[in-house]
Amino acid sequence: MTTIEQRNATVTPTAVRSPEVPESRQAGSPAVKMSALGINAFFGKTQALKNVSIDILTNRVLAIIGPSGCGKSTFLRCLNRMHEVAGGTMTGTILLDGQKIGSEDPVLLRRRVGMVFQKPNPFPTMSIFDNVAAGLRLNGFQNRRALAEIVERSLRQAALWDEVKDSLGKSGASLSGGQQQRLCIARTIAVSPDVVLMDEPASALDPLSTAKIEELIYELKNRFTITIVTHNMQQAARVSDFTAFFYLGELIEYDQTKKMFTSPDKKQTEDYITGRFG
Amino acid sequence: MTPDRDANYYWRKGKNWAATSFSLACVALALLPLFLIFIYALMQGISALNLDFFLQMPKPVGEEGGGMANAIVGTGILIGLGALIGLPVGILAGIYLAEFGNNPLGVAVRFMCDVLSGIPSIVVGVVAYVLVVLPMKHFSALAGGVALAILMVPTISRTTEEMMRLVPQSYREAGLALGIPQWKTTLRIVLPTALKGITTGILLALARAAGETAPLLFTALGNRFWSTSIMNPIGSLTVFIFDYAKAPFEDWNRQAWAASFVLIFLIFVLSLTFRLVTRQRYDHN
Repeated sequence: MTTIEQRNATVTPTAVRSPEVPESRQAGSPAVKMSALGINAFFGKTQALKNVSIDILTNRVLAIIGPSGCGKSTFLRCLNRMHEVAGGTMTGTILLDGQKIGSEDPVLLRRRVGMVFQKPNPFPTMSIFDNVAAGLRLNGFQNRRALAEIVERSLRQAALWDEVKDSLGKSGASLSGGQQQRLCIARTIAVSPDVVLMDEPASALDPLSTAKIEELIYELKNRFTITIVTHNMQQAARVSDFTAFFYLGELIEYDQTKKMFTSPDKKQTEDYITGRFG
Repeated sequence: MTPDRDANYYWRKGKNWAATSFSLACVALALLPLFLIFIYALMQGISALNLDFFLQMPKPVGEEGGGMANAIVGTGILIGLGALIGLPVGILAGIYLAEFGNNPLGVAVRFMCDVLSGIPSIVVGVVAYVLVVLPMKHFSALAGGVALAILMVPTISRTTEEMMRLVPQSYREAGLALGIPQWKTTLRIVLPTALKGITTGILLALARAAGETAPLLFTALGNRFWSTSIMNPIGSLTVFIFDYAKAPFEDWNRQAWAASFVLIFLIFVLSLTFRLVTRQRYDHN
């Protein structure tokens, strides 16, 4: 866990990181939560990611932008090894708190690196309560009182508690789309991950629900490290501290969001952000 | 007020009405046999249908009255045995096919299931005879249960597979992304979501097994006396119907009708209970 000082420390990431990083960075300087080093990802013979290296900083929001098919989601799914669930393969190194991932059980990794999907997917056979409790319960956590507390806390953190506190026994699928997505966020944070990955979490939602999710992301970064893939550039500008621009499987530019949206170094980034292509 | 109607308005409405009526008529036609069988069996068997039928043992030839208590219990035991063997095998095979079966083994198993479901039940009876009756050197309820289980497995595994495949991939991913191991994701998230459809498949399999006669003739054999041991021959409603319907005694024929009615009714009750027990708390459709 990081201390307050570490959280508040201002950090500037190096621009595009090369795989040859200095020793001190590899060891995981406190503010770096996850590092991707030279990630290549494949679907069969098709290469979806080319030598992507990036640092993800603790308690910061990283937005990944880029046109469809540029490898944004693939990169996100590499971070919690969901890429292999869809039948993909990858090479390269991913560090979590300075520890290399990939050798151990992906199940343990995914408890630390949670994921929220594009389409809200609450478990249809479970109540609201059971949905939030699912991650803990199905991992053998049975203490009822503690479970109830965690469910309440997670729903509060997901800004859903006030709307559902009287109907925790109702089906998760009975909620509106925006509520379902917040339920999914509550379900993800209930297992207390370090990192929360969000794959276009608001793209299936109306503007009001989107605003709520964005507000929520802003709140959640105090507790979690968040990486969000988005098609919506205004959203990236609103919610993120850092932005990474992907194009055709390559990381083109990675910098503070403010800089990316005002004076990016690369022309491609500027063209994309100003809507000249993509 | 109605908006302007084009010249075809009544023609379109008429066609719509005709098509709907035709569909309804077909529904009625499809349901008709069930009602006819139900009512006819009841009419023919009603005179033999009384409390004794359920509580008494079969009487020797020439003696009036008696019942089929042993056959009713026997049918229950045979279906129970079949389900005990067939359900786990069928469901687990179905889970394998749906979740891990995208390989040559899966293709082979799937194909063999389809072939197995097309094998005449009397052949399955012969198989159970060779597998169980010959080594034991006598007929038994167990042999009957094995025969029924073999008949159940393909239906159950194929329905389980189909229903599991209908569960969207996003639920599996959500489970895995929570750090839930794959086996638990499969058993606690995917399986419950598919349960409703799987139940239908199980019911079809059980109902079919309950109605089987041929594979029981030389496995469970039939028994006119009370027996609940799975190592001994056991009576069943279907075998009794077979014996009593072709017998030259009028009261036996009536009892065969009564037994038919009871069998249909049992399947009906079985379906209903099964549906109630496995009914989902949340109907997400």
